[in-house]
Amino acid sequence: MLLNRKSEGRAERANPLSRAMGALGAKTVDRRSFLKGSGITAGAAAFASQLPLNMIGEASAAPAAGGKIEVKRTVCTHCSVGCAVDAHVQNGVWIRQEPVFDSPLNLGAHCAKGASVREHGMTEHSHRLKSPMKLVDGKYRKITWEQAINEIGDKLLQIRKESGPDAVFWLGSSKHSNEQSYMFRKFVSMFGTNNMDHQARICHSTTVAGVANTWGYGAMTNSYNDLLNTKCMMFIGSNAAEAHPVSMLHALHAKETGAKMIVCDPRFTRTAAKADHYIRFRSGTDVPVLFGILYHIFKNGWEDQKYLNDRVFGMDKVREDVMKNWTPDKVTEASGVAEADIFRAAEMMAKNRPSTVIWCMGQTQHSIGNAMVRASCILQLALGNVGTSGGGTNIYRGHDNVQGATDVGPNPDSLPGYYGIVAGSWKHWCRVWGVDYEWMKSRFASQAMMEKPGMTLSRWIDGVTEKNELIDQENNLRAVVYWGHAPNSQTRGLEMKAAMEKVDLMVVVDPYPSASAVMPDRKEGVYLLPACTQFETSGSATASNRSLQWRDKVVEPLFESKPDHTIMYAFAKKFGFGAEFVKNIKLVKDKNGWDEPLVEDMLREINNGVWTIGYTGQSPERLKAHMRHMDAFDPKTLRCTKSVVDKETGYDLEGDYFGLPWPCYGNAKLKHPGTTNLYDTSKHVMDGGGNFRANFGISRDGVSLLAEDGSHSKGADITTGYPEFDHVLLKKLGWWSELTPEEQKEAEGKNWKNDLSGGIQRVVLKNHGCHPFGNAKARAVVWNFPDAIPKHREPIYSNRPDLVAKYPTHDDKKAFWRLPTLYKTAQQKAINDKVHEKFPIVLTSGRLVEYEGGGEETRSNAWLAELQQENFVEINPKDAQSRGIKYWDYVWVSSPTGARIKVRALVTERVGAGVSWIPFHFAGWWQGKDLLDKYPEGAAPIVRGESVNTITTYGYDSVTMMQETKTTLCQIERA
Amino acid sequence: MARMKFICDAERCIECNGCVTACKSEHEVPWGVNRRRLVTVNDGKPGERSISVACMHCTDAPCMAVCPVDCFYKTEDGIVLHDKDLCVGCGYCFYACPFGAPQFPQAGAFGLRGKMDKCTYCAGGPEENGSAEEYRKYGRNRLAEGKLPACAEMCSTKALLAGDAEVLTKIYRTRVVTRGKGEEIWGWSMAYGGSGKLADQPGGKA
Repeated sequence: MLLNRKSEGRAERANPLSRAMGALGAKTVDRRSFLKGSGITAGAAAFASQLPLNMIGEASAAPAAGGKIEVKRTVCTHCSVGCAVDAHVQNGVWIRQEPVFDSPLNLGAHCAKGASVREHGMTEHSHRLKSPMKLVDGKYRKITWEQAINEIGDKLLQIRKESGPDAVFWLGSSKHSNEQSYMFRKFVSMFGTNNMDHQARICHSTTVAGVANTWGYGAMTNSYNDLLNTKCMMFIGSNAAEAHPVSMLHALHAKETGAKMIVCDPRFTRTAAKADHYIRFRSGTDVPVLFGILYHIFKNGWEDQKYLNDRVFGMDKVREDVMKNWTPDKVTEASGVAEADIFRAAEMMAKNRPSTVIWCMGQTQHSIGNAMVRASCILQLALGNVGTSGGGTNIYRGHDNVQGATDVGPNPDSLPGYYGIVAGSWKHWCRVWGVDYEWMKSRFASQAMMEKPGMTLSRWIDGVTEKNELIDQENNLRAVVYWGHAPNSQTRGLEMKAAMEKVDLMVVVDPYPSASAVMPDRKEGVYLLPACTQFETSGSATASNRSLQWRDKVVEPLFESKPDHTIMYAFAKKFGFGAEFVKNIKLVKDKNGWDEPLVEDMLREINNGVWTIGYTGQSPERLKAHMRHMDAFDPKTLRCTKSVVDKETGYDLEGDYFGLPWPCYGNAKLKHPGTTNLYDTSKHVMDGGGNFRANFGISRDGVSLLAEDGSHSKGADITTGYPEFDHVLLKKLGWWSELTPEEQKEAEGKNWKNDLSGGIQRVVLKNHGCHPFGNAKARAVVWNFPDAIPKHREPIYSNRPDLVAKYPTHDDKKAFWRLPTLYKTAQQKAINDKVHEKFPIVLTSGRLVEYEGGGEETRSNAWLAELQQENFVEINPKDAQSRGIKYWDYVWVSSPTGARIKVRALVTERVGAGVSWIPFHFAGWWQGKDLLDKYPEGAAPIVRGESVNTITTYGYDSVTMMQETKTTLCQIERA
Repeated sequence: MARMKFICDAERCIECNGCVTACKSEHEVPWGVNRRRLVTVNDGKPGERSISVACMHCTDAPCMAVCPVDCFYKTEDGIVLHDKDLCVGCGYCFYACPFGAPQFPQAGAFGLRGKMDKCTYCAGGPEENGSAEEYRKYGRNRLAEGKLPACAEMCSTKALLAGDAEVLTKIYRTRVVTRGKGEEIWGWSMAYGGSGKLADQPGGKA
C-alpha cells in the first residue's frame, strides 16, 4: 500500500510549484532570474553546464497583512567575504532575510552567521545594551545620554589637562564602516594623540607591514572569486571552512574543476578535510615549511627566471640563504614535516600555475609574523605568481571592514590611506579636513608626540602598568575607551584585568556590554554606551578583496542606541572641536534631535584625501549604483562588460569591477574601474592593470630597484621602469601642459599622493597608461626589517630548548611603539625556568564558524548560541589518556602566566599529540567562575565561557607588535 | 510533475551550519528544536565528511505508516507534511524515522512532548498559504512564494541542493563527472528506495 494520502476534510492546496512553472512558460527567463529561485547559483561561466534550466519561477513574495514590505540591501557584518543580504522590513521591523543571488561575491550563499543576521534587528529577547549605563557601587545603573556625554567628557578633559592627551588610549573598531573608522582617526587626532588602534593590530598587522614592504600595498592581491582561475591553492595558516566559509564556495568549485588544494596547518581543520595534500607541521614553523618548499623549487629549476629578472629584487640572496639553511634535514628538524611531503607541495605549486597562497591568522599571530608572511610572498615571487589572475597572495582578512579600517581608520602610526604621521602627512590631511595645521599641532602634547607612533592595542595594558620611566611618553595611560572592540581577543588576560582595575576611567561604546563590562573588579569608573550595529545605519565597508560595498540602513537604531559617528560628534562638541570635526560634513537631525554627520559626506571627504591607495574614485553614487546592479558583474572576473545604466544616477557601470576594489584612482569622473588583481602587467592601468610600486628608492647597493626594460603594464607610454610621479617628473616628460589650468594651480609642487585636483593621476593614467606610483621591482629582501631575509625564530614560549639554541628570538627592544618589549630576556627566562617541562603542551587558538571575534554579538544570537554552548579545548587522545581525561570532561588549562581556565575536553585527533587548541570567542567566565551577575540586567550573552586569552602569554611581533597567540605553552589537567 | 528532494553533497559540505540557522531564522524555530542539523563522520580525521540532514520527504514515509492519528499527508510534489491540529505528540514517528527528523518541543510543566515539528520543505502546512496561522504552526511557506527552502538557498558552498529530483540529479551528475567522486547520493536509497546510485536515477546518466 502506498502511504501517499491526504488527511480528509482538508482543503486541496494549490500546488505552488506547478503554478510557478506555469508562470515560467509564459515569459522568457534569463539565467540570473533562474538562479534567484534555484538555490543553486553557480555563478562562474565555467559552471553554466551545471545550471538548472527548468526549476522554478521568479520569486514573488506574497504580501503579508499589515503594511508594505521594503527590501533593504545590506552586507553581513561577520567576516570579510562581504556576503550581501536582502532585508525585508515591514513597519520598521526586520521580518525576513533573503539571499542575494545577484551578488558576485557570495551568490546568495551564507554560513551560520550570515544566515542569522536578522537576529540583529529583533527587539524581543534581545541581549543588547539598551541604554547608557554607569557603574555605581559595583552595579550598572541606567543613565541618560546627556549625563553620559557630560560625565565622561568632563573626566577625559580633566585627564587630558592633568596628564596630557596621550594619557587616554582609544580602541577603535574594524566593525565600524569606512566612514566611521575614518572619522575615528580624525576624532582621536583632534583629541591630541596617536594612542589609538583597532583589530587589525591583532589580525593582519604583520601582513600589512610585510606585504606592503615587499611590493607596495599590504592587502589581498586578488580576490576570493579569483580562486576560480587558480590551478593550485595552498592554505597555510587559514582555516577558511570555518573562518571564511563562503570563500569555500569558490575554492571548492575550483577544486571540482581540477585545481589542486594543499593545506598546511598544525591542526587537521575542516579545510584540511577537503585538501588533496595535507601537511601537519609544528606550530610556529611556517618559515621552515615555506623555505623548505622553496628549496625544492630552486633545486629543480622551477623558479620563473624571466619574472625574477624583470620584476624582483634580491632573490639571489634569498636563494643562497634557502639552499644553505633550509636543506630538507633542517626543515624536518624544525617543522617535523617529512621531505617527501614538502617536495610534493613544491611540485604541486610549481606544476600547476597559476598557483596561489592563502593565509590568515595562523601566519600573522607570531613574534615573527612579519617574516612568515614575507616568506609566503617570496615563494609566490619565485614562482612568478604575483600579478596574475589565479595567482597572488590571497590574504583573508577577518572582520567585515578590517580592510577598510586598516586603509582609512585609526592606526597609531599613520593617517588615513597609509600617509604616515610626519609633518607633510599631517599637512595633507589638515588641508583635506579644512583645519589649520598649527591648530592641529596645538592639540598634541608636542610636534614630537604628534609624529611618534602611538601604543598598540595589543600593549595598552603595559601603557597603564609599566614603570613610568620606561615608557616613551610623559605619563602612563589613565583611561581606556573600548569603542567596538572585545577585550578577550587580546592576550595576557590576567594582566589586562589588573590594568582595567588601575585606570581612572573605562568607557565601552558597543552594541553589547562586551567582556569589558565584567572583567575588572571595579566599583565605579566604568561607563557603557550603546552604539547601534551597521544594520541600523548606512555606510561602506571594504571586503577582503578590496571591493567597497554600500549598506542601506535596515532599521532605525534599536533601543537607545546611536550610530558611532553621532556619538563621536557629541563628544567632539563636548571636547570643543565640533566645528573642526565636521568642517566639510553636513549634519542631519536624528529623531531625538541629535546631530548626525551625513555618511555620504564623510565618504566624499575620504574620496578627497586618500589618493595613495585609490579610495578616491568610489563616490557614494558609484557604490550605490553597484549595489543596485550586482547582477551586472561576472563572478569569475568581477567585471561588468556591457553597458548597464543605473536609472537613479544615470551612471553606466560598463568596465567597472564590482565594488571598485581599491586602488580606484583619480576622482570619480576619471572612471577608473578599480583593480581586481594587483600588479597585473597584462592589463592597461585603466583596465585595472598595474605593476609593483616604486616606494623604496630607485636603487640599492648600486642595483636598480626599477623594473627592467620591457616590463610594464600593458600599453604604458614608458616601457622601462620608472619612479613615482610628481610635478617635476611631469614637467620633465613634457606632460605638464596636459593638466588644466586649475589642475596646474593645485598640482604645482605636489605629487600623485597629495595633488587634490587629481590632475597628476588623470594625466599619468589616462593619457599615458602609466602607473602613478611608478614601476619597480618587488623586494625579496626587505632591508628595513629586523630580518631582511625571513628567518625562523622560535616563539617566546617554545617547547624545544634545542631549537631555541639554534633559532633564538630577537634582542629586546627599548622603546618600541612607546614601550619596552622583551624578546630574548623573556625566551631565555622561560628556558631557564624549564617552563616547557611544567607546561609541555603547545597551545594554539582559532575560530569557530558560529562565532565572530570576541563573540559577544554572536553569543547573544540564540540561533548561533544554540550550536556552541560551551568552550572547549581540543586535546589529542594520547594526551587525554595519559591524564585520565575523557571526552567532554571539565579540565583546567593552565599557562605560565599563572592563570587557568575551566573548559570541556574535546578529545580528538584533529590536533596532534602534544598540541591543544581552544577557540577564542568565549568570555564571561573568569578562571572557573561565571560572571553573569556582573552584566547589566538582560544584557549578558546567552553563552558565556572561559576566554582562552585569560591564559595566553607574552610575545609580540618585531615590527608591528602583533600578539603571539598561535604558539604558546600550557598544561591540561582534569578538573 | 515535480518531485521535490534534497541532495547534500558531502564533497562540498563544510559543516558551516548555514542551513541550520537559515532554517531557524526563516521559521523562528525555538531553541532545542532542530529541523535541520549537521552530521559529521570521521570528525577530525582524514576522511572527515559532513552531511546536512533534515526530513528527506521519503517516498514510503515510515512516519506516515506509523502515525496513529494519520496526521501526515503528502503534497503533489512529494513533500511530506503534517497537521499539528491532529498530532498528539506520541513520538512514534520519531522512532520510525531513519533520519531523526521529527522534533518534539517540550510542552507543559512535566516535560510532556508537545506537537511534533519537522522540516516542511518550507512548504507550510494545511492552513491557507502564507497565513498567519500557517506561519505560527509551521513557519514560512516559501514554496507558495515560488522560492525554494531557505537552507538550500543559503548554503555556503551549494552543497545542499533542493528542487525537483531530476534537475538535482543532473546538477549533481555534472559535479560527479567533473571531479570523479560521489556516485552514491547520500540518503536517497533509504528515503526513496532503490540503490541510491546516481546512475540509477532519472537524469543520472548522460
